[in-house]
Amino acid sequence: MHIVVCIKQVPDSDKVTIDRETNRLNRTGVPSIINPFDENALEMALQLKDKHGGKITVISMGPPQAEEALRTALSHGADDAILVSDRKFGGADTWATSYTITLALKKLTEPVDLILFGKQAIDGDTAQVGPGVAHFYGVPMITYAKSCEVTDKGFRVHQVTDHGYNVWDVEKPAALTVVKEANSLRMPSLKKKMAAKKAEIPVWGVEQLQPEESKIGLAGSPTKVNKVFAPPVKLNKEILSGDPADMVKELIFKLREKKVL
Amino acid sequence: MSTKKEIWVYAEQEHGKLAGVVFELLSEGRKLAAKSGFTLCAVLASANGKPMHQELFNYGAKKIYNVEDPRLETYQNDYFSKVMADLIKAQNPEIVLYGASTIGRSLAPTVAVMGWAGLTADCTELDFDTERQCLLQTRPAFGGNIMATIICPDHRPQMSTVRSNVFKKERVSENETGEVVDVKIDLSGVRERMKRVESVVEEVNTVDLKAADYIVSGGRGIGGQENFKVIEGLANALGGAVGASRATVDAGWISHHHQVGQTGKTVCPLVYVACGISGAIQHLAGMQSADLIIAINKDPDAPIFDVADFGLVGDLHQIVPEFTKQINALKS
Repeated sequence: MHIVVCIKQVPDSDKVTIDRETNRLNRTGVPSIINPFDENALEMALQLKDKHGGKITVISMGPPQAEEALRTALSHGADDAILVSDRKFGGADTWATSYTITLALKKLTEPVDLILFGKQAIDGDTAQVGPGVAHFYGVPMITYAKSCEVTDKGFRVHQVTDHGYNVWDVEKPAALTVVKEANSLRMPSLKKKMAAKKAEIPVWGVEQLQPEESKIGLAGSPTKVNKVFAPPVKLNKEILSGDPADMVKELIFKLREKKVL
Repeated sequence: MSTKKEIWVYAEQEHGKLAGVVFELLSEGRKLAAKSGFTLCAVLASANGKPMHQELFNYGAKKIYNVEDPRLETYQNDYFSKVMADLIKAQNPEIVLYGASTIGRSLAPTVAVMGWAGLTADCTELDFDTERQCLLQTRPAFGGNIMATIICPDHRPQMSTVRSNVFKKERVSENETGEVVDVKIDLSGVRERMKRVESVVEEVNTVDLKAADYIVSGGRGIGGQENFKVIEGLANALGGAVGASRATVDAGWISHHHQVGQTGKTVCPLVYVACGISGAIQHLAGMQSADLIIAINKDPDAPIFDVADFGLVGDLHQIVPEFTKQINALKS
């Protein structure tokens, strides 16, 4: 079985802050990590491989430093890694990203049985690239997968929904996006860590993927960022301090005045 | 092709029951329709649409595209995306809004790539720019650390997903009328690549944060799992529900069903009490549309105070029990 896991390198968003003067993100010194939900996708692939054998390829699209995320994935047990990177891919929204990653999938020589994504990335939080790639690549898609078992014709997948869960039988090849509740990523082994450091990671850009240039990067992106700003601050607020009993008394008085108590 | 430009709301349903977010989208869609002069329409793909039409009209749809097929009883991505993509191709709507539910978050991205349409996820604000004739879609990015307004200048339709409880629903009246356009979409060519074999609704674990009038939430500042009792005490006194920040869920102090924020639930209660929550905007993204926000935190510079109506600076372990005591005293 050949499983492809698509991962994204993201800034650790818990550590990102905003400079309220300039409306810019303070990203200096913020570590880059593998998108946490992609770790669950990787672990799902590793568990399927433990049980059924096969091979795991990890693909990441991003700037050259996204190679680090791929090496981390290799140290956890992925077999091969491919970096999709080119200046011309820069500024891609989810449409252009889905298109570009699909070209990389189509270039793989070994047939693909399963494509896994995290349910969303914690920087953009769009949850769009998984379904986008599935459509471009031409495979059925199940979102929010909590578990995946191999069946005769494909996979049986538990999907978390807003109110419970669904069970799906899906034929292979298929694509899934994976939720946090699925598992947690195993520790990397020392041996694999050493091997990952030395692994050759091919970089596929415009030359290798031969995209239609109108469909990549900014040009291929229907959505554009019009404006970026700091989240709004409330102006008419009241800050109380001092003795807890007095504060609470005043608060309750005000709440009753506003008729919310 | 329609003579008048249209705004569509995807009327998400399963087993003939419309999702609550549909009414919120229609209510917001009315404002966009008023500003743009476009016609507000609902797109209903189901096994039997008629019984749902009145409700859609009551919330402001002027026209319903009604697609019926037995295969549309429950959601299956291949069928529903085919319906939407075909309809969009035939009618060229300007704007399409979807709920950011499990279903909407599968359907919308598939339809977007099918038609090279722009799609903006989890919008918290929508507006119409009459000069440029385009939809202004505002959403949190970078875990909610920053807000971005997204536009889609050259591609149509402009599509957005919106989480439930971001917009308020408002019925126009009980007996609105409108036009029903029955559309036949041929699904016979869609091969069944996936089949739903089971669907389970779990009531037990569902914390009803979305319906609660009062929510009391705990963050890292409460200090430990056992201190959620203090939070629960206040929630009970107020007759509300317990919420939590991502940090406490990640630490394993409380189940993820309680998580409020960009990766948890979006809530819109009457009163939201944030205890020991610093206010990472990932959290704020899930609760800042609450009518009234009370923040309790010992750090006067905590960002949670930026969105609070009332801020209590001090030790939550003293303030929260005091709050509970005084509420209970009021009741007796």
